[in-house]
Amino acid sequence: MKRKYIAAPYIIWMSAFIVLPLIFVAYYAFTDKAGGFTLKNITAILDPLHIKATILSLELSLACTILCLLISFPLALVLRRLNMNNKGIIILIMILPMWMNSILRILALQMILSKNGILNMILSWFGIAPLSIINTPGAIVFGMVYDFLPYMILPIYNAVMDIDNDLIDAAKDLGASNPSVIWRIILPLSKLGIISGITMVFIPCLTSFVIPDILGGGKIQLLGNVIEQEFITSMNWHLGSGLSFALMIFVVIGLVFSEKQEKKDRESLVW
Amino acid sequence: MLENILSLNNITKSFDGELVLEDLSLDIKRNEFVTLLGPSGCGKTTTLRIIAGFVMPDQGSVLLEGEDITTLPTEKRCINTVFQKYALFPHMTVAENIAFGLKIKKKDDDYIRQKIKYALELVNLTGFEKRKPRSLSGGQQQRIAIARAIVNEPQILLLDEPLGALDLKLRQDMQKELIRLKKELGITFIYVTHDQEEALTMSDKIVVMNQGYIQQIGTPEDIYNEPQNAFVADFIGSANLLAGTMIHDELVSINDVRFDCVDKGFGNNKPVDVVIRPEDVEIREKGQGIFPAVVTSVLFKGVHYEIFAKGIGIDWMIHTTAYHEVGAEIDLYVKPFNIQIMNKPESEDEAVIQTE
Ligand SMILES: Nc1ncnc2c1ncn2[C@@H]1O[C@H](COP(=O)(O)OP(=O)(O)OP(=O)(O)O)[C@@H](O)[C@H]1O
Ligand SMILES: [Mg+2]
Repeated sequence: MKRKYIAAPYIIWMSAFIVLPLIFVAYYAFTDKAGGFTLKNITAILDPLHIKATILSLELSLACTILCLLISFPLALVLRRLNMNNKGIIILIMILPMWMNSILRILALQMILSKNGILNMILSWFGIAPLSIINTPGAIVFGMVYDFLPYMILPIYNAVMDIDNDLIDAAKDLGASNPSVIWRIILPLSKLGIISGITMVFIPCLTSFVIPDILGGGKIQLLGNVIEQEFITSMNWHLGSGLSFALMIFVVIGLVFSEKQEKKDRESLVW
Repeated sequence: MLENILSLNNITKSFDGELVLEDLSLDIKRNEFVTLLGPSGCGKTTTLRIIAGFVMPDQGSVLLEGEDITTLPTEKRCINTVFQKYALFPHMTVAENIAFGLKIKKKDDDYIRQKIKYALELVNLTGFEKRKPRSLSGGQQQRIAIARAIVNEPQILLLDEPLGALDLKLRQDMQKELIRLKKELGITFIYVTHDQEEALTMSDKIVVMNQGYIQQIGTPEDIYNEPQNAFVADFIGSANLLAGTMIHDELVSINDVRFDCVDKGFGNNKPVDVVIRPEDVEIREKGQGIFPAVVTSVLFKGVHYEIFAKGIGIDWMIHTTAYHEVGAEIDLYVKPFNIQIMNKPESEDEAVIQTE
């Protein structure tokens, strides 16, 4: 009996800050300004301007996720290899930026990448002409990687470190070379960490608007920016909610898919 | 073909400045069942890992079939290991585990299928192909680990306390199974254990180790009957370990009582270690033994009684099938050839007898 009450604060919290807002979003998404039911706000995602923003969002998020993965997995392998007692310190350094305000970090990045910024100053010392990095999709991806990398590193690092050394010895004992050990043992055994890393990076990328705003100079419209503008500039909560809702459907589909994959992996795995 | 399949020559290894193996040399013959036996931390696993190639020795060389493999990486050695904690790949089925080494060697599917079938038959686990390691019992997992190693047809199979995690009954079954496997496969087994009984039952040759040194190499009978020093005597089976003085050839004095023995060449009036196995101490009627004693405890051990009796200032451990009451006054007798004389240890590491 008493156990029910222990959960009460959480249930109240979840209702107030998760379920209720969701209901509001859904309400606005399916109604028009007059309060009548409509699907227009949802289907608005299909008009060319929004499609363009969606595709660009997907592309940039994908690029960011892949880059994070390409940095994190080898890093985890190197850290595992390193016979160091202070691996914790390296991890601390990697996640240290998380302790700083995200917007502050992105603003700093804007200064570094800008036309007269530090990066171009350094490049000029080597006689390289100033690059226009800022306000490009590349700058946005750079910012996303910078911002979300820790969320990829941590789960992958944990998964890779959890692998029993005996398994790696056993694989070598059976004739596996180093790449073979990584491919056949370490990668499959850290799959869950990799999947959770991908989820934790891809989804925030898809919905982010601050990074494209600051590093894209307002010229590059991602889905997040479109939604933000509907809410803040156009004050059209109905359309904003509708687009948010459509985006949420994307995310949920993605999650269900990865969850299924996970389940399948747990049960059986093909060689 | 060389007689020795594997030779370790003057191997020295230290970890963080701590000497773990010192000047260890060992020859292993083709088809032998060799057991490395010793207390925890004596360097058994390290020796095995040097043979497998997981650890590089600081000094010395490893020869396989006369060829120097000291620096050859693990994956290139024709040696396979059965790990103490099985180390089965959790994300693969039993069949995938067994096939792992063969896949790496790019064997064709038919060959692999046959090998899996053969190996599972050999370890009595036919029909387990599709199971995941997690769904198997400890004994079954251990057998799969053995199957996974032997399908690669290694020249030498290394087993690091493979039965350590199993309960007594299962361990005894697996001991028999391993002996059968060894016969069927006809390959060299190098086995690590700290269980002396296991070593005595299974091995052709036992290497007794302590603190990184080899104490004695010999057949189980040799090691048991003719221990070379007090450490070996104490570690293998139970023993009465005594400090004595060799008066002259064939006569030793223990606590001022003289015993006839058969050992010679220790010099005159030299302190020595003496070993007498508990089954070699005979209880006799009063007046018919060498010295008197009083029974202090009796324990029934299944096939024999373990009796402790105090005589000439020593607690004697006696194994006998005849019952004697606590407090009984008896005489004890030891046949001359059952008294083992050994030199006092040269290094402190070997000293297990504290002389009073
Ligand atoms: N990788 C390592 N780093 C540091 N010290 C080690 C390492 N491997 C082994 N040692 C040390 O070397 C000594 C011998 O270890 P080893 O594992 O060979 O003993 P063992 O005879 O197998 O003992 P056990 O019966 O407990 O398994 C121990 O003191 C151990 O702490
Ligand atoms: Mg060990």
